[in-house]
Amino acid sequence: MDTPINAELTCKELVELVTDYLEGALSVANRQRFDEHLTSCPFCQTYMDQMRQTIRTLGHLPEEAVSPEALDTLLGHFRRWR
Amino acid sequence: MLNDLERDDALLIAALKQRDESAFVWLVGRYQGSLLRLALVHARTRAVAEEIVQDTWLGVLQGIETFEGRSSFRTWLFRILVNRARTRAEREGRTVPFSALGDGAIGPNEPVVQAERFLGSTDPQWPHHWAVPPRSWGASPEEDLLTQETFELIERLVAELPPAQREVITLRDLNGCTSEEVCNVLGISETNQRVLLHRARSRVRGGLERYFDAE
Repeated sequence: MDTPINAELTCKELVELVTDYLEGALSVANRQRFDEHLTSCPFCQTYMDQMRQTIRTLGHLPEEAVSPEALDTLLGHFRRWR
Repeated sequence: MLNDLERDDALLIAALKQRDESAFVWLVGRYQGSLLRLALVHARTRAVAEEIVQDTWLGVLQGIETFEGRSSFRTWLFRILVNRARTRAEREGRTVPFSALGDGAIGPNEPVVQAERFLGSTDPQWPHHWAVPPRSWGASPEEDLLTQETFELIERLVAELPPAQREVITLRDLNGCTSEEVCNVLGISETNQRVLLHRARSRVRGGLERYFDAE
């Protein structure tokens, strides 16, 4: 980033760093700036909450089960292979 | 170190190598949904996606003898799918979401939240802080989000992502891969993975925000 390392993080910068933060990919200094900003900014706290909720919900999307037809075809392949 | 899933997969794979049909049925049951999602990123139609998945299982049977477990089974499995989908697309003369080659939709300077949502750089008090801040999604957001309606919305939002972003978010957040697994499946760097994931997640959040704000 262009900003000096000791400058306070802005909200506009924070939203670009959320995934790096969650992935543990920020430098110690930037992680600290991120945490400091977050502590004092309720809007960014809401933003972080929403990102976390988004990620959690993505992980809960229902999966399709195997269709009986697809399983039949696969078992046919399996039996020929065996 | 193996986690529970990997340990369990290892048992099933040992049984599959012994030609155990029930092990195959278990593996299909466990991974079919994840494979179908991933195939849908590459396929133009659902029928094609289903063919790619069938083709992937054939690849598993053909290759299982030589699978040594150096990567997790699901890494190997998803990689088979991605390779087959790419080969197929090349044969058909189409271009595919080669994450490794970058993604036209990622302008490095394109912000994930609209610039108008922030105050300008010359604001005397709060430069680049929120002008239009996000509003909380309700008293019990977790429950609010786990509804059929939001699931459908999210699926639509994911489907509308640029393919390379969709590929990464599908593997990572929907199929539950680690970042390392995603990189191995797609042959991309950690940095590229993070960039694609960030843009994808941010877009889905933005779509949810529009939905909740409209309520």
